[in-house]
Amino acid sequence: MTAVLEVRDLSVRFATPDGEVSAVNGVSFDVNEGECVGIVGESGSGKSQLFMSVMGLLARNGRTLGSAKYRGTELVGMPVKELNKIRGDKIAMIFQDSMTGLTPHLRIGRQMTEVLVQHKGMSEAQAVKRALDMLNLVRIPEAARRLAQYPHELSGGMRQRIMIAMALLCEPELLIADEPTTALDVTVQAQILDLMADLKRVTKAAIVLITHDLGTVAGLCDKVQVMYGGRFMETGTVRDIFYEPAHPYAAGLLSSMPRLTEERSEKLYAIPGQPPNLQRLPKACPFQERCDFVHDRCATELPLLREVGPGHTKACHLVSLQNPVTDPAAPSLVVA
Amino acid sequence: MSKELLRVSDLKVHFPIRTGGLLIGKYTPLKAVDGVSFTLNEGETLGIVGESGCGKSTLGRAILQLIKPTDGQVLFMGSELTGVGAEVVRQKREEMQIVFQDPLASLNPRMTVGDIIAEPLTVYRPKLSKDERKALVRDMMAKVGLLPQMINRYPHEFSGGQCQRIGIARAMILKPKMVVCDEPVSALDVSIQAQIVNLLMDLQQEMGLSLLFISHDLSVVRHVSHRVMVLYLGKVMEIATRDAIYAAPLHPYTQALISAVPVPDPDIEKNKERIVLGGDLPSPMKPPSGCVFRTRCPKATDICASDVPVLEEKAPGHRVACHHWGPPEKKLV
Repeated sequence: MTAVLEVRDLSVRFATPDGEVSAVNGVSFDVNEGECVGIVGESGSGKSQLFMSVMGLLARNGRTLGSAKYRGTELVGMPVKELNKIRGDKIAMIFQDSMTGLTPHLRIGRQMTEVLVQHKGMSEAQAVKRALDMLNLVRIPEAARRLAQYPHELSGGMRQRIMIAMALLCEPELLIADEPTTALDVTVQAQILDLMADLKRVTKAAIVLITHDLGTVAGLCDKVQVMYGGRFMETGTVRDIFYEPAHPYAAGLLSSMPRLTEERSEKLYAIPGQPPNLQRLPKACPFQERCDFVHDRCATELPLLREVGPGHTKACHLVSLQNPVTDPAAPSLVVA
Repeated sequence: MSKELLRVSDLKVHFPIRTGGLLIGKYTPLKAVDGVSFTLNEGETLGIVGESGCGKSTLGRAILQLIKPTDGQVLFMGSELTGVGAEVVRQKREEMQIVFQDPLASLNPRMTVGDIIAEPLTVYRPKLSKDERKALVRDMMAKVGLLPQMINRYPHEFSGGQCQRIGIARAMILKPKMVVCDEPVSALDVSIQAQIVNLLMDLQQEMGLSLLFISHDLSVVRHVSHRVMVLYLGKVMEIATRDAIYAAPLHPYTQALISAVPVPDPDIEKNKERIVLGGDLPSPMKPPSGCVFRTRCPKATDICASDVPVLEEKAPGHRVACHHWGPPEKKLV
């Protein structure tokens, strides 16, 4: 398999009045052709900033260290002019908030055709035709009429579909979707998830799905990377992560969700404590303060990602994690 | 059967919306809540689910008289709340409180945490001395999992989950009979959601509270509720016990809602056939004739356009408003 995106030792830092804050700390991974990768994490885990930095979209006080290559071409530090040839054409992004993702004072048609005229050198008429095809693909009723409408005239679900259609216009090789369904209602979310599953089959684009919702990941993704405090805690196939989570954080997240498919329990498992403050990340393991299995080594030595199975890695000093979730009181603590 | 605490009968909240007219405005009612009836018993949790715009938050506020209902009746502990003076309602508010969705926005940024939590006491227990008040606040803080030494801090110094604990402490300090929880965990991270859900359930046990738990998250509602009410465009579609709603929902909308919930299990999620509803929620300004759900309903027929379905008991304690009600045709989750 060839990699569309290769990220090596990427870090994102922000200069703030209180000193520099690290949002992402040295992560490395590949996104291969046709693959769907889920990036799971809570707010402040660095999941969005990781890809904002890859796309060169960091806020002004942010800087990127390390390397991110699109098909061998380095993206970090690339001049904006060069970057613009890749963004929107080869790599496209869908944002969570479809109202801010679209320009409010331009008609949908204008926003959709611009990218085609820019990147593909199409004429206006060709571009309109292609835009119509795309709107049909994402199942927007009365597509022709929508082109003349403004974003505020459309519902949230409709706008999100238009964002998806826009992202797919140039047939990108990599589609980055940042919380694409979080702002939507359940039934509309179901429509969008259905659509994305179809697109995954139809287009050959690799998809990166950034989300906090494990349910969405379970349905769409092939691989999962769990982030916490700007680092990967665990990476693996979707089956590895959901059925055999090896990191206490991943396991804790999974069991803290009430599920419709399981017998209702009297009490939910809850990960104790608060999400990390990036300005005061603990030395060594970022999860140590909330971990049920914390021991001396966690405070002194940063656990590096290591293999626990083929293609399955975790950043934890524990050798194994036996039923910490069903019985948090009696964990079997095996330390390497 | 435990005692009835709240009885809501045919409650309506219509907002007049200006839709035209040059000098003399022309107004069309937006029916946010349109004829909702239910009861809530002591110590019980009623989950209220529905999508945005279904009127679930408006309903919660109308019950507390934070929004004046247009029509209908709210009986709380046997006394009428609708159509009575503000003073009567104010006295009853001691027994009914609310926890809001946005943990930070619902706290006054210029008040210390201690003052925020103590405010209901200054209003309803003016005779308490400053020290007594402070002692109660500290107790309450400990109960909701906040360190009492944080009493002089300001809301911005706390994380979202902690702010929600402050909001809960403020709602609980008068030991109310009923608390309306309006999406109390929606703005929180997954790992914090579980903490807050557990806290609410613990407090309910301890204080014998009744909860109206408003949420769009069906998995959370299943976990906390004894009974569940499903709303769509201001109307009740179905109301039943938790087990009946989740194991054997009779309304096509409830069935679609449950089937739409993504389950964090790849084998189930990748193989399930979701019931996907077409289209979007209709505008509440122009609700469809007959059954409000018919424009998106897979079972809709002519009768749905002409006759409004009545909320009727189809099984003991299980009421449904649908002409074509029935158990789901396939497995939902």
